[in-house]
Amino acid sequence: MSAGVELDNVTMEFGSFRAVDNVSVNIQPGEFFSFLGPSGCGKTTILRMISGFIQPTKGLVKIGGKDMQGARPNQRPTALIFQNLALFPLMPVWENIAFGLEVRGVDKAKRRARAEELLRLVDLPDAADKRVSQLSGGQKQRVAIARALAVEPSVMLLDEPLSALDLKLRQHMRAELRAIQKRTQVTFIYITHDQGEALAMSDRVGVMSHGKLQQVAVPQDIYNNPANGFVASFVGENNILSGDITGEEGGLVSFATPSGTFSARLGPGVSKGAKARLFLRPEHARLSTEAGKENSVPVEVTDVAFEGNFISVHSVDAKGQTYISEARNDGSAVIPGRGDKRHIVFEGQHAVLLTGDISAKDVDE
Amino acid sequence: MSDLLNRYGGLLTAIFILLTAFWLLMLVILPNIYLFENSFRPYLPVNEMGGPKDVYSLNNYLTFFKSPIHMNVFVWTIIYSSLVTLICFIIAYPLAYYMSKIAPDRIIPTLFLLLFVPLWVSEVLRSFAWFIILALKGPLNSTLLGLGIIEAPVRWIMGFRGVVIGLVYTYVLFMLFPIYNAIQSLDTNQIEAAEDLGSPWWRTHLRVILPHSKPGIASGAVMVFMLSAGSILVPTLLASTTSRWFTEIIQQWMFESQDWNTGSAYAFLLLILCTVFVSVVMRVFRVKLSDIAK
Repeated sequence: MSAGVELDNVTMEFGSFRAVDNVSVNIQPGEFFSFLGPSGCGKTTILRMISGFIQPTKGLVKIGGKDMQGARPNQRPTALIFQNLALFPLMPVWENIAFGLEVRGVDKAKRRARAEELLRLVDLPDAADKRVSQLSGGQKQRVAIARALAVEPSVMLLDEPLSALDLKLRQHMRAELRAIQKRTQVTFIYITHDQGEALAMSDRVGVMSHGKLQQVAVPQDIYNNPANGFVASFVGENNILSGDITGEEGGLVSFATPSGTFSARLGPGVSKGAKARLFLRPEHARLSTEAGKENSVPVEVTDVAFEGNFISVHSVDAKGQTYISEARNDGSAVIPGRGDKRHIVFEGQHAVLLTGDISAKDVDE
Repeated sequence: MSDLLNRYGGLLTAIFILLTAFWLLMLVILPNIYLFENSFRPYLPVNEMGGPKDVYSLNNYLTFFKSPIHMNVFVWTIIYSSLVTLICFIIAYPLAYYMSKIAPDRIIPTLFLLLFVPLWVSEVLRSFAWFIILALKGPLNSTLLGLGIIEAPVRWIMGFRGVVIGLVYTYVLFMLFPIYNAIQSLDTNQIEAAEDLGSPWWRTHLRVILPHSKPGIASGAVMVFMLSAGSILVPTLLASTTSRWFTEIIQQWMFESQDWNTGSAYAFLLLILCTVFVSVVMRVFRVKLSDIAK
């Protein structure tokens, strides 16, 4: 039994601070939906509004079509997995998992049986009588998931539950979470600041910044067709050039920057005269020994990183603009050296003009 | 130690240590040893002290077990001290929970101040104040009469009623602060997790908050119980003439009978029997001594 979650013009204010600003989104039953954004963007506040720990200042939260106004967390069909998991350290593992059933008056034998069943589901069959403190990080994670699943929630809310794990385990748990979600068909709402996590696991992603929902789309669209400069810069790497839109020709426009005039396509809602930036993904920036016919800048290589499956090259042009280009390593690629003269060449189709702030992590570029 | 030396130099450090040692040895350890030694000796006229009759025996201790009246007083002292402890817990737990998890941070200093202000007044004055408040024609009765809650004045200082009120008032903070510390160390997410899993408030307390605060409750309870059982001031002032606290019997032995030997034996009996009682209760509630020390 999974239910959809609908946020209808939801606003949350703490004093004069607007943590969530007029967010509307319709999350489908059985969907794996992620809210992605930097810390302080309001994503955790959204989660706490859905779970019922706080009530929105304005707007409605509906779960399974029902307005949740005034319903406490213990009256909602949601289960929250806390960032620090919040397992009960004084109870053995199985009592942790069965706590929700204990609350519902299920008798002890049935509780125990259900806890063991869930432990098998999360691949921890022998942990029932262990203490929480005896478990590793990944095992605690699974117990937290089992505890939340035990109450058969219609909606599972996850607040960056993987952030405390090391990289290997995190990648493993991603796949595991995804598999559990597919198996149980429960709606998952996942909060993260890790774009890789959001893109890899989600059916749809909502990117947030400063309390506002910037874009809601399937992962490919978030990456390939970002709605604005923030989404483009928060998700993935970019070459970002400032300039002015000067002319239009066959779907593309010309964009004059200090480093030259390039052809590029207009992003959503961008028109001539707008203050836009050019965004170009590193994998679309080709490092060439010869100048291209158009969209070509002479550069000098400043740094080369051989990553195995791809080669990442940093370079700088005569105006001081820096570039990152990435090429797949097909075995025959020639690795340039520091100080080599090359050309950055790209197609106008791959360069997109977007407006809006850019995320802090890309500001230096 | 080397820290102390570096900060204050040799002379001051020596003075600190000597003063502390003096206090501990001369004012705490030696008097107790003296009383302990005396508790095994008979009460004799001065000229027979050190004579052939002055031998060690358990007679002083046996006096207690041969006296049903004294044993009766002891039992009631234990019962009423337990009652005081229970009432302190009932008052302190909700307050401690409120202060550590619900009250907004900015009012915490004010709350602490309000709790501490009564401690600035000496215990004697506070007990006298209760004596006045609880008097038959005192402010409590006139207020209750005025509000129409009671029809005739209540004799508050009857039996151990006044003592219980006075002891609760005097020692409730010793229960509050350990519990406050314990609950404060509980991750608020655990309370929220319980609620999120559907738990009503009372079950969250029963299964999550209370078990976590058990060490705090235990140390608060031990302190309140021991202090209550050992209190002399409050029972002297607030008990009715017919009800006696065990400490009053010790006082009678020492100051009215001038028999310090039996008085000492009674004092150590109080300590030993209370310790036994506390250990039994701790075992019943499955609290370990190491939990309390945390």
